Amino acid sequence: MDSRDKVLDQYSSKLYKNRKEHVIQIEDGEPNVIAADTRAIPGIMTNRGCCYAGCKGVVIGPLKDVVQIVHGPIGCSYYAWGTRRNKAKGDENTKNFLEYCFSTDMQETDIVFGGEKKLKKAIKEAVEIFDPACIMIASTCPVGLIGDDIHAVAAEAEEMYNIKVVAFSCEGYKGVSQSGGHHIANNGLMKNVIGTGDAKPVKYSINLLGEYNIGGDGWEICRVLKRIGYNIVSVMTGDGSYAEMKNAHTADLNLVQCHRSINYIAEMLKTKYGTEWLKVNFIGIEGIKQSLRDVAAFFNDPALTAKTEAVIADEEEEIAVGMVYYKSMLKDKTAAIYVGGSRTHHYINLLKSLGVEVILAGYEFAHRDDYEGRQVLPLKMDADSKNIESITVVKDPTKYRTFHTEERIKELKEAGLPIESYDGLWADIADKAMITDDYNQFETEAFLKLLKPDIFFSGIKDKYIVQRSGVPSRQLHSYDYSGPYAGFKGALNFARDVTLAVNTPAFSLVQAPWKSEPTLIGNLGGME
Amino acid sequence: MLDVTPKEISERSALRINPLKTCQPVGAMYAALGVHNCMPHSHGSQGCCSYHRMFLTRHFKDPAIAASSSFTEGASVFGGGSNLKTAIKNIFDLYEPDIIAVHTTCLSETIGDDLVTYITDAKIPEGKIVVHANTPSYVGSHITGFSSMITGLIHYLSVNTGEKNGKLALFPGFVNPGDMREMKKLMTLMGVKYTMLPDTSGVMDSPMTGEYTMYPKGGTTIDDIKDLGNCELSLALGEITSTPPAESLKNKCKVPFATLPLPIGIELTDQYIMALNRFSKNEVPYIIEEERGQLVDILLDSHKYSQNKTVAIYGDPDTVLALAQFTLEMGMIPKYLVTGTPGKTFEAKANELFEKFGVEGCTAKGNADLFELHQWIKNDSVDLMIGGTHGKYVAKAEDIPLVRAGFPIVDRYVHSYLPLVGYKGAMRLAEMILNALMDRQDRDCADEDMEMIM
Repeated sequence: MDSRDKVLDQYSSKLYKNRKEHVIQIEDGEPNVIAADTRAIPGIMTNRGCCYAGCKGVVIGPLKDVVQIVHGPIGCSYYAWGTRRNKAKGDENTKNFLEYCFSTDMQETDIVFGGEKKLKKAIKEAVEIFDPACIMIASTCPVGLIGDDIHAVAAEAEEMYNIKVVAFSCEGYKGVSQSGGHHIANNGLMKNVIGTGDAKPVKYSINLLGEYNIGGDGWEICRVLKRIGYNIVSVMTGDGSYAEMKNAHTADLNLVQCHRSINYIAEMLKTKYGTEWLKVNFIGIEGIKQSLRDVAAFFNDPALTAKTEAVIADEEEEIAVGMVYYKSMLKDKTAAIYVGGSRTHHYINLLKSLGVEVILAGYEFAHRDDYEGRQVLPLKMDADSKNIESITVVKDPTKYRTFHTEERIKELKEAGLPIESYDGLWADIADKAMITDDYNQFETEAFLKLLKPDIFFSGIKDKYIVQRSGVPSRQLHSYDYSGPYAGFKGALNFARDVTLAVNTPAFSLVQAPWKSEPTLIGNLGGME
Repeated sequence: MLDVTPKEISERSALRINPLKTCQPVGAMYAALGVHNCMPHSHGSQGCCSYHRMFLTRHFKDPAIAASSSFTEGASVFGGGSNLKTAIKNIFDLYEPDIIAVHTTCLSETIGDDLVTYITDAKIPEGKIVVHANTPSYVGSHITGFSSMITGLIHYLSVNTGEKNGKLALFPGFVNPGDMREMKKLMTLMGVKYTMLPDTSGVMDSPMTGEYTMYPKGGTTIDDIKDLGNCELSLALGEITSTPPAESLKNKCKVPFATLPLPIGIELTDQYIMALNRFSKNEVPYIIEEERGQLVDILLDSHKYSQNKTVAIYGDPDTVLALAQFTLEMGMIPKYLVTGTPGKTFEAKANELFEKFGVEGCTAKGNADLFELHQWIKNDSVDLMIGGTHGKYVAKAEDIPLVRAGFPIVDRYVHSYLPLVGYKGAMRLAEMILNALMDRQDRDCADEDMEMIM
């Protein structure tokens, strides 16, 4: 019996029927169809979060100059306060609100009589104390149930205070995971923020989408992009701001790092403003090099192309010795990676370049296109996906502009440039790797015992469970408070941290000496 | 750091900024983790469960297990009964706990899910148990939820069989496993037979063995919870947190109770020891007397570094009150005492304390937040802050030394293993407070004023 059967056979027939579609072993040359983005089973100890976590926690959370008022009881805002490492810096023109946590702290009376009055008052107080340019409101479960109209409150406040006020109905029960929240956030930003600025387009300008600046990743990527000569219009949304995002429609090109959380905006920018998007991966040396070369190929300016090669050579040289050393420490090890909806893929090649093979992988909330590639789109909508609003945008009559002609785009696509394309995790996963979608505690424990990876990458909920069983465990959501891991320098940081993890001296101290050596020393009778 | 916090204080009645509390369910989850072989279960959206597990794991640096009813939009409309039924089956099948402790969320409370009926109708395997507590997030705080889960366990399980067991029932309050260990140590030294509920020691501070076990050795056993009904007396430590469960044990099983503040510092630990002494009628052993004497000696030796220093203490109500009393014993002035948990008792108790020690110019506020505390500090600063991690931004912005004590501490290690309670805990606190103040003196003094000996 193979490992997959050994794990799945322990399930009851009902669970087996559900999970067998989500757990597959990669067979090279096969289509490797996987079920994804469906309901988690109650009681199974899924690692997933909720719609609110995807909207407020992930996508809008990093916008630093926005007062983000969470409308609901206190917990939801409290848990999203400083817990995701989306770093940001304010300056004399940019107020930074990310060190703050705002909530309407709804009480029982608000639930019974409605919370709109308190929300209006909270907005008034926020305006009076902070005078922000933008306020965003995120609703939590009870708000949707009692029917508070947060969008009407937002519209009224926008009028009253002459600032931007955007509401997001991202109640936790919507959809099946964080993913629905990403979509809701994308819609709200597209409808209300992007395209409202009046900046003029600048040459070789770029938006970086789906980069949340965890541990400073976005800063490291932007440093390299700026070195080559690109102008960064906005980063969505790590260290991002309302002020910058307003003008995102002026960029020549969109780069998509996290496909899952932001592909909607990428698509809508293309339809509405004519901006092409490229899937990039700034994690891992090969990924960065390919991505930088793809961007250069898009602009096709000999000076930019030459500068790209010069920067690649220079950056690579700086880390070369270190990478050789860490590879010598890590080669032939195996790894398991369970992250959200894109990052698992991003790290596979970085690990490969360090000689580490990923034998067990999965996503919390990815869709089939994140695994199998966008060629599987459009996917059939189930009842849960239909509950998440999908908006349609049309060509903006004044702001629509294209960098290349349609023919030129066709040529570039034919030349292999990943314009509007993403091949998914399957493009880089090793043959025979075990994949679990919406991984749960039971499967994690079972597969770890069977497959015995040398290192495990996941989040805080699994970290200590895995470490307790003697396997080094690093968080790939928060980078265990290290980073950046993106870019050339980030790759070196990552290699260093993984090397530290697998060589932690305390692992050799787990066994107490009396467990293996006799502690009672004496003579048996008659031996004198 | 916190650059947009203005010095001018304005009245707020709707906008909570930088809270000093979180919601009920996480407290309920923590309490349930203190029951042996128990799976906490969150009846609501997945996000609640995920956030609470993260919160607890980050504080304890140990696994915090729990399952969720994984509500979807459909369940929110039609009720979560079938989700709970499925969850109960799957949890017993896959994770094999002896007991599932369900807590509600603002979602299931708002739609009015009837947990009693759901649990009565659920298929529960022979010998297994499901209990629940109502923990609406829009009432009280995590402290309320902690307290409600203990009450729920008593309500479902404790029985007065008519035969006394000679034991003391101890409700430890919202404290760390290290504190629970110290409370137990003192009971053992005093010859007191006890049941403590919950007991997260051996669960949330369990040792590295090279093998993961979902249910570590610690936790109050189900039999002991049942037998709580036969205890002679219950002792509720931390009046705000522990009175409700003590009252429910009295109402259900006629076990009389006494309440005491958390035993932090000298006098409050004295009260704890005296209560144990009255219960066991055993003489206080020398080892306890020795610890106490050492602590008093330390306070006398070091008084010049602590006396008249002002301190802001923030966090959970019982913890803040008890810490405040100890700082007063050290001669300090607890200038600001704040908690996010609502309720009038906190302020009343704090004011009693100020009066008792004859300190002036001190302010206490319940249902407050860190933003407000920061504004007070901006207007009139303090020498030291004591509280959890979230205060470190204020400490940095205002350049005030910070001693981490209470919940949550998500940016340091070891804290959950060691006590704040008991004479030993106070010794540890005294060391942390003195180090913080004296390190600051070393850091700030002119070179010529550096003291080799202090």
